[in-house]
Amino acid sequence: MTGKPGARKDIEAHTVASQRTKEFQMATNRRTLLKGAAALAALPVGLRASQAAAQSTPEATPVGTPMGTPVGTPAAPLVVGTPEASLEVFSWWTSGGEAAGLEQIFAAFSAGSPSVSIVNAAVAGGAGSNAQAALQTRLTGGQAPDSWQSHLGRELQSRYVDPGYCQPLTDLFAEQGWNEAFPQGVLDQLSVGGVPYVVPVGNHRGNVLFYNRALMESNGITVGETMSIDEFFAAADVLQAAGIPAIALGGRDTFASVQLFENTLLGTLGADAYNALWNDPSMWSSDGVTAAIEAFARMLGYLNPDQAALTWDGAADLVGQGTAGFTSMGDWAYGDFVSKGTEANVGWVTHPGSAGTFVAVIDGFTLPVGAPNPVNAANWLRTAGSVAAQTAFAPFKGCIPARTDVDASGFNEYLQWSAADFGTAVSVPSIAHGTAVTPQVQQAISDATVQFLVSPDVETYRVTIQQAAEDDAAS
Amino acid sequence: MAAQTTEPLQTPKGSRFGDRLIAPVLLAPSVIALLIFVYGFIGTTVWISLSNWRSASPDWSLADPLFSVYDRLFNTPRFQTDLRNTIIFTVLFLVVAVGAGLLFALLLDQKFPGSVLFRNIFLFPYALSFIVTGVAWRWIFNPETGINILFDTLGINWLLAQIGLGPFQPRWLTNPEVAGDLRTVIPGLDGLFTQLGVPLAMLPVVIAAAWQLSGFAMAMYLAGLSTISGDIREAAQLDGASGWQIYRQIIIPLLKPVTISTMIILGHVSLKIFDLIFAMSGSGPGFATDVPGIFIIEQTFRANRYDLGAAAAIVMLMLVALIIVPYLIRSMRDL
Repeated sequence: MTGKPGARKDIEAHTVASQRTKEFQMATNRRTLLKGAAALAALPVGLRASQAAAQSTPEATPVGTPMGTPVGTPAAPLVVGTPEASLEVFSWWTSGGEAAGLEQIFAAFSAGSPSVSIVNAAVAGGAGSNAQAALQTRLTGGQAPDSWQSHLGRELQSRYVDPGYCQPLTDLFAEQGWNEAFPQGVLDQLSVGGVPYVVPVGNHRGNVLFYNRALMESNGITVGETMSIDEFFAAADVLQAAGIPAIALGGRDTFASVQLFENTLLGTLGADAYNALWNDPSMWSSDGVTAAIEAFARMLGYLNPDQAALTWDGAADLVGQGTAGFTSMGDWAYGDFVSKGTEANVGWVTHPGSAGTFVAVIDGFTLPVGAPNPVNAANWLRTAGSVAAQTAFAPFKGCIPARTDVDASGFNEYLQWSAADFGTAVSVPSIAHGTAVTPQVQQAISDATVQFLVSPDVETYRVTIQQAAEDDAAS
Repeated sequence: MAAQTTEPLQTPKGSRFGDRLIAPVLLAPSVIALLIFVYGFIGTTVWISLSNWRSASPDWSLADPLFSVYDRLFNTPRFQTDLRNTIIFTVLFLVVAVGAGLLFALLLDQKFPGSVLFRNIFLFPYALSFIVTGVAWRWIFNPETGINILFDTLGINWLLAQIGLGPFQPRWLTNPEVAGDLRTVIPGLDGLFTQLGVPLAMLPVVIAAAWQLSGFAMAMYLAGLSTISGDIREAAQLDGASGWQIYRQIIIPLLKPVTISTMIILGHVSLKIFDLIFAMSGSGPGFATDVPGIFIIEQTFRANRYDLGAAAAIVMLMLVALIIVPYLIRSMRDL
């Protein structure tokens, strides 16, 4: 990925970019940034465009697409109006790859609005929960940033849209042709009552089953293009007979257990029945749900013995190192395999039974009511939604773009598979990541799952969840 | 000489009034700040705990019936578990920390060579952050690493398993088991959702907390011991009391006020414990080490259940007040 001349060019480009945006306040892993820089043959192009923009007056120069050649997108302008002096963007992307990815979007924005100084108001820690608490305080106090990071779905709705913190983005979506660029499953998640409220940026897949290739081979297990639930349990029995834990789970992270449950729920029910749960709490009493919980309970019999002590990445490492067979996790696990150098050891398939569906865990950015710099905020969203910025961002974050009209050929093997599947699969929301249910129901399911891991009582679990969903629908 | 110089400095009668005024004036800002930031906010929290605030945006309207949030809170299995954990943790921790503190103090009171060094060694963990303690002890008690490597290598874990003491292998941190159940002993508790026993996962946390704070208890006792005059011991010795009798009948009873103060100071620390547990075991398997502090954070800032979080915070405040207020009243009376 690293071509020396390209990287060299990019060092210069990056230096100029840093000077231009004096107020970059992020802890950037510059080495990562430079290492992967050749993937952005785009940036130098963007730089040239920005230099042109800097010479003339910014508002008179709508910079079309600063980076790369988009595949089949209308060339909507990325800069509209007279920019204000600054732009404050709030997120929880502070570590290595994600911070570097965010800087790619900043660079793309600066290319179009060189005079604007960017304030990166990122808050670290707790997979976003610290940032959400900090943001909540700011919003309640009327001190909104110009744009903030949000998941899609219920989190967006209950935290930001219902309290009236977000502006509708209907015009922006029409102007940029985004209604065609994002698949319907994503549009459903980013809209509240049919009105779009967030511009999706990166897209992680939640329903991936990673496995250790060598372990499968030595135990005579063949994993095909897809895997049914029966095939999975057959394989799990083989592994168990050989004294190998079939499923690695990081039970210290509650979300990991919830994710195993929701993937199994999706694999058992299929996309339609799975989606029906979110609008009608009575669906939780269906036989399909009971069957899914029973399958989940059965899976708990195949876990690594130290699951309660491990976090999700520790569990993924068991698969990478070949001490456990499978782990059901979002594709951020792939980034973890890469960072530990074990990516060659693992293969992947959709979670048993869930082929043709895509649990989309998508991050995006909002337009607040009363943004201090509304012109910059809108231009920021135009940039963040563009093919070029998304293509530049994704490899750093280890995810795929949220649009389906991108050229994925520069991505790694896993991301290419994910991007190809995303184009055809049905996108569904996630419980573990707050896009399918309200925070209240999410917490109730988390709590019930912690309990279920210790005492797997199918009926108690099902009733607790249904009760929470009904309570929530009633309030 | 002191008497000579103070006499001319005696304040004239006129400014005595000023002296009496200056104290309240200087105190006023902090009193006002306390009224707002402590009592005002306690009041706000009480109000929220009685309100309908269940989303990201504030809703100050009162719930109907008024105490419905508390009703819901006490019927939440997880909160029942949290209360059990807090009480079990506090009792075990006080017994271990105060007991070890007293033992260390009595031993160090023998003034053997190097006793100062030992005193500092025991006191030093007190200077650490609970987060550091939590992370270090998590590694120590990890079921696959830490002390278990040692125990496995030396065959101690094997020996324990052989003689039927398997549960005493130090793999407790991730063990969801709860030993004993008071619900079967005390009638009328059968309605509770949570098993009223000792969660095994709590034991390592108690050990870590005691390791950190028994030095504090020891320092308290050493200070107490230094106030007991040597005459009393001498008198007892003359009366023919043995060393054990002197401690049992004289020294320890005389240390009672120290014991009470130590228990109260450590007791309110342990009722409010959060950081140590958060760093060491989190909620634990099946909420075996969950405490109200973690519940409050998750309910309030993750689930947006501000009402439930506030109610849990008030319950916690009540628990601490139950210990602190009698102590305050007692020390006021002493004044």
